[in-house]
Amino acid sequence: MATAGDAGIRLQILEKMILSRRFEDQITELAEEQGRLPGMQILATGQEAAVAAVLALQDDDVIVTNHRSHAHILARGADPNTLMAEIMGKESGVNHGKSGTLHLIVPEVNVLMTSTVVGAAPPLAAGAAFAQQYTESGAITAVFFGDGAAAEGSVHEAMNLAGVWKLPLLFICENNCWAGAQSYQEHCSVGNIASRAGSYGMPGDLVNGNDADDVLKTARDLAARCREGKGPALMELATYRMHGHGEFDKQHYVDPEELKEWAARDPLTMYRKRLTEEGVATAEQIESMEQEAARIVEEAVRFAEESPYPAPEAVLDHVWAEARATR
Amino acid sequence: MREMHTGVAIREALTLAMEQDERVFLAGEGIGTSIHDNPLMPTYGLLEKFGSKRVKDTPVSEAAIAGLAVGASNMGLLPVVEIMFFPFMTLASDMVVNHAAKLRYLSGGKSAFPLTVRVKAGLFPAGCQHCHNLEAWMAHVPGLKMTFASNPADAKGLLLSAIFDPDPVIVVEDMGLYFMLGEAPEGDVRVPLGKARIARQGTDATVVAYGGAVHTAMAAAGMLEAEGVSLEVIDLRTLVPLDKETVLESLGRTGRLVTVHDATRFCGYGAELAAIAAEEGFASLKAPVRRVAAPNTPAPFTPPQVEYYKPGAEDVVEAVRSIL
Repeated sequence: MATAGDAGIRLQILEKMILSRRFEDQITELAEEQGRLPGMQILATGQEAAVAAVLALQDDDVIVTNHRSHAHILARGADPNTLMAEIMGKESGVNHGKSGTLHLIVPEVNVLMTSTVVGAAPPLAAGAAFAQQYTESGAITAVFFGDGAAAEGSVHEAMNLAGVWKLPLLFICENNCWAGAQSYQEHCSVGNIASRAGSYGMPGDLVNGNDADDVLKTARDLAARCREGKGPALMELATYRMHGHGEFDKQHYVDPEELKEWAARDPLTMYRKRLTEEGVATAEQIESMEQEAARIVEEAVRFAEESPYPAPEAVLDHVWAEARATR
Repeated sequence: MREMHTGVAIREALTLAMEQDERVFLAGEGIGTSIHDNPLMPTYGLLEKFGSKRVKDTPVSEAAIAGLAVGASNMGLLPVVEIMFFPFMTLASDMVVNHAAKLRYLSGGKSAFPLTVRVKAGLFPAGCQHCHNLEAWMAHVPGLKMTFASNPADAKGLLLSAIFDPDPVIVVEDMGLYFMLGEAPEGDVRVPLGKARIARQGTDATVVAYGGAVHTAMAAAGMLEAEGVSLEVIDLRTLVPLDKETVLESLGRTGRLVTVHDATRFCGYGAELAAIAAEEGFASLKAPVRRVAAPNTPAPFTPPQVEYYKPGAEDVVEAVRSIL
């Protein structure tokens, strides 16, 4: 578990969890106000302890993520202003408005790729990890996917290849109990995803995905193993999707009692309480983190709203490395 | 110039690329140790020459192979991966269509995917799950480039261009041509992407073809020459980007257009060429455009049906005659 020397990183984890929650709560508010956000918004509310897995990595490690990516990307230190602008489809957005919320790609902080095709991220990540192995860079790749994605064949192909080639690849399954409107019990034939690791010759650890300390410790151990050339590893975070598959989805298919139970295990509330009780953070410190997060998010919304949309004809840009696409 | 088999010319391109750039690696099913112990196959002997770090035999796993190429290219390597037969592109297609082709766009130009997918095409007696020319599917995907060579020199030169191109390129290799002899230059001689070749000059009609169908068109040109009809044959070499200018200029000279390919007819690549002729070359057209292609059935297995299915020189001759 956490040690005395971990105070610094634990404070950082708390800070990023607070920022992620504030950032996404803001998106929820904006999504409710018709017209302020184009498209759908998919949030990681309730899954913020995954931030600890990102902070367990080194700066030169790569992450490949998915449609539920805001917390991962903010934890990596991406600029909230350009992220929010991208979510609003603006020219100043991190991807010039080409992505929106779903495929945010921020290579400058080693968020190498994001795919919204469920289950596609692991094969891409295997390619990134292969490049790290090939160039002997010493870095690793961490790929995030959900329990729903774990049903896709591509995930199994990627795990098999990574196992056979001993790629420095950390598979991180955020099991949030839902794939669309289908519960985990309905789409998965085994008790947990982590147990599949054995089939591919790698360790698989199931952790409490709402406990940031658990996540940090396991991610550190498994990442170290990947870094030592021992091949891939799988960690599963048992967590819960507090919002639907998109902000439009009011989760009519979810038992309200179940939501209540998981709300009582909110990762942010738990971590705040624990760090205060252990004397790692003071109430004043946390209050100041909350205020700073609110300020950052307010500034991001202002920046995004003041930014113009890209020119319509810029739709033809970025298809090729050179030259514009034709109409 | 020296003569060599197309399969050997492809190997020469792979060898040259690997020798001059450490970022190039090969991966695929049986590309190192193959069930086909044949020195005319493109990757024969490369495992021994370059070692298992750079020549990677993969599991039977097309999504993983294509994903490997997407991820590794985004990290700065130059992957050359092989999809064993064209129909298996359907297994790799999520990675190729939704990722290789789209992630640059989604990133707003921040990411690059300089990968090459070699894919084997053509009819051989294995039935339609192994034989299915899907170039029109791939050509319809913005963000992909595609080559389809008809001879050893182009197969070598186009592959070299593809490997060092900054975008994802699908390199279609007509398997029948592996065993065909032809001239090929020595050294790193590249054929630029997007430049067609006039394989034969003529004045009465233009026949546009690519891959093995170029030889069908050339045979038809020889047959018609005996009758005093002069065919111009254009070998497209690259399907995306398309060298529209060469096609339209030729149409401007001859006034007649016939397209030929081994893929099926409906929504095939020939339909795009016909549409371009109708939209942009209408004033030159002295007769309707004709498309010569395979019928709209899956590829057959039994020899007489293969003979019926595969467009032949007589089909081209007939099409040309119908518009003279």
